[in-house]
Amino acid sequence: MKITLDHLTKKFPNRAKNKPDVIAVNDFTFEMPDGKLVGLLGPSGCGKSTVLNLICGLLKATDGRIYFDEDDVTNVPAEYRGVGIVFQNYALYPHLTVEKNIMFPLENFKGKDKLSKGEMKARALEAAKLVQIDQLMERKPAELSGGQQQRVAIARALVKQPRVLLMDEPLSNLDARLRLQTREEIRRIQRETKITTIFVTHDQEEAMSISDLIVVMKDGVLQQIGKPQQIYDEPCNLFVAKFLGTPPINVFHGKVENGKLMVGKDEVLSADLPDQEVWCAIRPEGFTLDENGPMQCALHGVEIMGRDVSVVAVHPALEGTELRAITPTARRLDDDVETVRFRLDPEKVLLFSKQDETRIRCELK
Amino acid sequence: MSNIMDFDRIEKRAKRNTLVRNIVVYGLLAVWALVVLFPFYWMLLTSVKTQGSYASEIVPKLFTMSPTMENYFAVFTEADLGRYFFNTIVFTVLTTAAMLVVTVLAAFAFARLDFPGKNLAFVLFLALMMIPNELVIITNFVTMKTAKLDNTFLGLILPSVSSVFYIYLLKENFAQIPDELYYAAKVDATSDLKYLGKVMVPICRPTIVTILILKVIECWNSYVWPRLITDDPKMYLVSGGIQNIRESGYGRDNIPAMMAAVVAVSVPLILLFLIFHKKIMAGVARGGVKG
Amino acid sequence: MENKSWKGWLYLLPAILFLGVFMVYPLMDVFIYSFEEGYNSASQTFYGVGTYNYEFVLHDPYFLQAVQNTFILVAITVPLSTILALAISLGISSIPKLKELFQTVFFLPYVTNTLAVGLVFMYLFDATDVTPGLINVILGIFGMEPIDFIDGPYWAKMLVLCLYTVWIVLPFKILVLTSALASVDETYYKAARMDGTSKWRIFRKVTLPMISPTMFYLIITGFIGAFKAYSDAVALFGENLNVAEMNTIVGYVYDMLYGDSGGYPSFASAAAIILFVIVLTITCINLLVSKKKVHY
Repeated sequence: MKITLDHLTKKFPNRAKNKPDVIAVNDFTFEMPDGKLVGLLGPSGCGKSTVLNLICGLLKATDGRIYFDEDDVTNVPAEYRGVGIVFQNYALYPHLTVEKNIMFPLENFKGKDKLSKGEMKARALEAAKLVQIDQLMERKPAELSGGQQQRVAIARALVKQPRVLLMDEPLSNLDARLRLQTREEIRRIQRETKITTIFVTHDQEEAMSISDLIVVMKDGVLQQIGKPQQIYDEPCNLFVAKFLGTPPINVFHGKVENGKLMVGKDEVLSADLPDQEVWCAIRPEGFTLDENGPMQCALHGVEIMGRDVSVVAVHPALEGTELRAITPTARRLDDDVETVRFRLDPEKVLLFSKQDETRIRCELK
Repeated sequence: MSNIMDFDRIEKRAKRNTLVRNIVVYGLLAVWALVVLFPFYWMLLTSVKTQGSYASEIVPKLFTMSPTMENYFAVFTEADLGRYFFNTIVFTVLTTAAMLVVTVLAAFAFARLDFPGKNLAFVLFLALMMIPNELVIITNFVTMKTAKLDNTFLGLILPSVSSVFYIYLLKENFAQIPDELYYAAKVDATSDLKYLGKVMVPICRPTIVTILILKVIECWNSYVWPRLITDDPKMYLVSGGIQNIRESGYGRDNIPAMMAAVVAVSVPLILLFLIFHKKIMAGVARGGVKG
Repeated sequence: MENKSWKGWLYLLPAILFLGVFMVYPLMDVFIYSFEEGYNSASQTFYGVGTYNYEFVLHDPYFLQAVQNTFILVAITVPLSTILALAISLGISSIPKLKELFQTVFFLPYVTNTLAVGLVFMYLFDATDVTPGLINVILGIFGMEPIDFIDGPYWAKMLVLCLYTVWIVLPFKILVLTSALASVDETYYKAARMDGTSKWRIFRKVTLPMISPTMFYLIITGFIGAFKAYSDAVALFGENLNVAEMNTIVGYVYDMLYGDSGGYPSFASAAAIILFVIVLTITCINLLVSKKKVHY
């Protein structure tokens, strides 16, 4: 099912009196295509959970409309929207067994939808099999690991065959190893059920690795929507560029002079732009060690990461303390080296306006 | 789907249901608030009516146009309410102070110090929490009577000092203070007693204040033990005093004066409650959850 | 890290002294008293050792009356106050505004002097030469005959005692239940709402199991507290409870101690121990039931 948000806005009254309302979601417009896994990404407090709560109906929009396919559900109460949700802490009922937890939503069906006990058990088992916890039906949540609890929560959300599946920070309560495994699992379940799924996360790596589509938010405002690779390669502003990628992008004070891009005193690339000051952001993989490279940095250290090395260095024009460059371990650096020179890959160099931090598109060579 | 209209109806119904439910809930809560508050209003009201006007009302009036303070003068002059107040204040202050010293020292020992037999001692302490007062009060009565301490402040105070529950409450709070503070103080050659006074007590002040308030309430309202150990009206506390005023004739003959006494006895605690209601309620709730 | 030292006992000393003299020693002594026959508190002598004190107490009509009163009081006030407290707490937690105001108002009886406010209750129910009392006036509006609540039939007196007891014990229960309700994680309710769970089902399947430990705690302490009822009865019916037929077990214990003849600590001890055994039994039954019913 396709979800459309049309100028969606949510304001909360300010706790402090006589202060303006807090705008958690500001004029949000976009369309989530049917059957995709969408990652809602942003730093904490950016309003992404509010968007989720607006879609599922736990919160009421201040302004704007929400459509499920062609239906306007803006004012439809949560329980009639046909939405399944997995909460951050899973919200499994501690006094009920796994099976009873999964059956819980089915027991609420009324009238012609009412199911017999046998049908409910069958549906619960089906959902449990999908998430591979059918061996654990008689356990109580406290007897399960975090990952297993997560699966029970997903099964409970799926058992009523919702039109949309929402997940609030689905991986944040898991340890690092489980997180990798579980995100693949979420991907698989979404593929198998083909259900439109939206998940909220503050972890860009998580969003990048499994989403079909990423929605980046900041301070309640939509920043960019796109496929993970597309957002990474073509961020529309400095915030998005900085937020995506590990290690993060390196930002420099730059300047365009006479068609040359200057970073500090180094003339790094030629740029087809009028003279101006710019933010010059360079992805870590955009640096290549080169004795004749145009960019000179003081070396701080080298971290070996197996296949690649991470070169930690400083540059006078750098915004921040250190820059990180990831280069293949082609050549050892001597211990006594104090300065290094880099050649830059123009594809990995992005320019942003100093005024409003939006992207400046231009040909770099 | 074509049931957009349906959704409108569902929403309207949900809105109406919420409204109706809220009205009903507020209504019932207000009724109960009335049940709670009415006795207070009634005693205040009756205490400012004259004896004559109260006695002549067949249907009690719910307000009065000519309030009088004479009943208050009466209970403080004719009846010995002033004396009961004095006794109760002395009793409350001394008992609470002694309780505080005993409790802080014991809680400190359990929370901070290490000594042989500590765990066993603590378990025995906790076991004491389950001993009902009714069981031990008999012997205490005989003990105090034998020691000729009946009708004395000492006799009133001594058995009321110790409270296992407060020791437990404060010990839990003390135990949350990080050990590092203690070691740091030790390195600076601070004595245990000084550390307790300068570091632990100030940090745990909220809990200590809560305990103090709860103990004050307990003392002010205590009835059973004072009634046993004092039979000389000169040593009565307010609870026993109220009872005495009532049985000595006021209770039947001069109800407004009786109510003036009741108001006078209730006001100090109600004031204390209004000032500290957050602390008191938090303390009682915590005590309740911990049991 | 630290050396074990005996210094800790020094800090404990005051507490040990107080508890030893006024709790541990009396606890042992009360059993001894209860088996000493014919103890005389003036001369501190007794004739023999045996169960006569228990036999006397168990055959004393005043004691049997007190036991009956106490059991009726417990049977009525414990369920009534618990259910009422639950209803009021649910009400408080469901309203959007004025929560704190209601909570504070409802807690007020907790800090009042039981004897003082009990008098107010008494006057509200009591008839004088002139007026039948405010409650009877109100009942009269609904066409009911005036009832003598304070000196009248047994059931009327019991009714007033139960009402006052409920009024007195509710604040504590409401407070504990509201904080238990507030501590239930809100996402459970959100999850249940998303699944279209009805209010009643949310209450039965989510709220009640979540607060069941608190409920059982309240029921257990409620039983214990109600069995120890005394001062509320004094407030309503005066100190001579035996005459009013409204004595409680605890009242009986004190009457035995206090009596004009210098007191009978042996009978008092026997009665106190019987009370303790009753309370212990009921508490054990409660705990056994709660083991089965409390969900986690």
